[in-house]
Amino acid sequence: MPHDYFNQELPLEAKRSFIFLSLLLALLFNLLPLQGIMLLLRPDFVAITLLYWSIHYPQRIGMSLAFIAGLAMDVSNSSMLGQHALAYCVITFFGMILHRRLRLFNSFQQAPQIFWILLITQFAIFLTGLLGGSYFPTWYYFFPSVTGALLWPVISFLLGIPQKPKSDPNEL
Amino acid sequence: METVPQFFRAGPSPQVRLFFFALLSILLMVMDARFSSFSGMRQTVGMILYPLQRLAYIPATLFDQAEELINDFHLTKEIANLRQQYFLNQQKLFRLQILEEENAQLRKLLGAAQQAEIKAIMAEILYVPRDPFNRKVTLNKGSSSEIKAGQVVVDDQGVIGQITQVHPFLSEVTLITDKGHSVPVQVARNGLRSIISGAGKNNELELRYLSVNADIEKDDLLVTSGIGGLYPPGLPVARVENIEHDPSRDFAVIICTPIAGVNRNRQVLILSLSTPIPEHPEEAPPEEGPKHTTQQGRRNRAP
Repeated sequence: MPHDYFNQELPLEAKRSFIFLSLLLALLFNLLPLQGIMLLLRPDFVAITLLYWSIHYPQRIGMSLAFIAGLAMDVSNSSMLGQHALAYCVITFFGMILHRRLRLFNSFQQAPQIFWILLITQFAIFLTGLLGGSYFPTWYYFFPSVTGALLWPVISFLLGIPQKPKSDPNEL
Repeated sequence: METVPQFFRAGPSPQVRLFFFALLSILLMVMDARFSSFSGMRQTVGMILYPLQRLAYIPATLFDQAEELINDFHLTKEIANLRQQYFLNQQKLFRLQILEEENAQLRKLLGAAQQAEIKAIMAEILYVPRDPFNRKVTLNKGSSSEIKAGQVVVDDQGVIGQITQVHPFLSEVTLITDKGHSVPVQVARNGLRSIISGAGKNNELELRYLSVNADIEKDDLLVTSGIGGLYPPGLPVARVENIEHDPSRDFAVIICTPIAGVNRNRQVLILSLSTPIPEHPEEAPPEEGPKHTTQQGRRNRAP
């Protein structure tokens, strides 16, 4: 049985401006003033976007971009400077080293694996917060990883649209 | 075929990069947490992010406006209600004015200091941190509206928190439920003074250092005592929820719930004492504890 990897079409190269734009949008989503249960469930859009780019275009995205996005997150989140930066670097790292393996699967099959990566990232934030003092979340702190993994197919579909190879009717 | 050959990829390996950036961020964290040396950088990044934050706030504003539009249908009833309320309050206000004058007179007679006047600035909660366990919120007024670090934030029912970081157009409030945040309070019933601290949990505060036999009961109201000069006296802070007398410990475990809607409201008031508090008399012991430090207090105040 041929793996459905062979049916995947070859995507175009991603535009750098689009990568930046998507990160800005993700930051915007992260900044939405939500309350209560929505706040608990809100996935870390920046982390997911970074993960997407580092899986699909590891050459296009550097860890420095993740670091800067993390700093922006830290300032707006009024957490320790470097806390999210470290977490986002970890997520880019995982994206970079696992990208060949992850790209074998379609985005639905990727989702459970994405969950573990997001969980590790959250754990990094949790650990640094714990070491920084006065910070002890309850177990539902890890909800955003679940919602993030559930949203993964949608987000990776949306981010993949501009890279779809255009079929040219006059090609032949 | 489908994989890019290794030698096409330039730059150091992911491991090396991660190592470098992890070191950098750990350095940043240590510098920030221990020496809080990046407030300038924080402000700059905050300024850059400000338009984005405003943009993110637009849906909430739209939602509010829609809600207002719907509420317009109930306006006549509400106006009648408010009018009634106004008349009732007006009477109280007259009495308050008389009492204030009388109080001033009496204070003059006694030679006591005048009570500090309080100025209030209205602000809105712009942003709640993504991480719901971070007990901080961002308000839409900053140093351009003469907000200073250390000012007290209240809602219509009681104390919410204190301004800890000021940007040009934004300010950060540490909520009273933050673990490193303390408020000098007294029991409204008998004037017993203590310091209340956040428990780091949602809707929970604790009175940490009251002895087992202290005169405190369930449902006691705790108000600010005004000691320390940061909080104006008499603002409601919390209500005692549960008391645990464990004779094997020195202190009773007293859990309280905040009265103000610490994570409910959108509109808040920022209070500032416009008349300075008089100097401490000479014999007063050195001040400890009650004030929340104006910087990032949560890190350097381990109990």
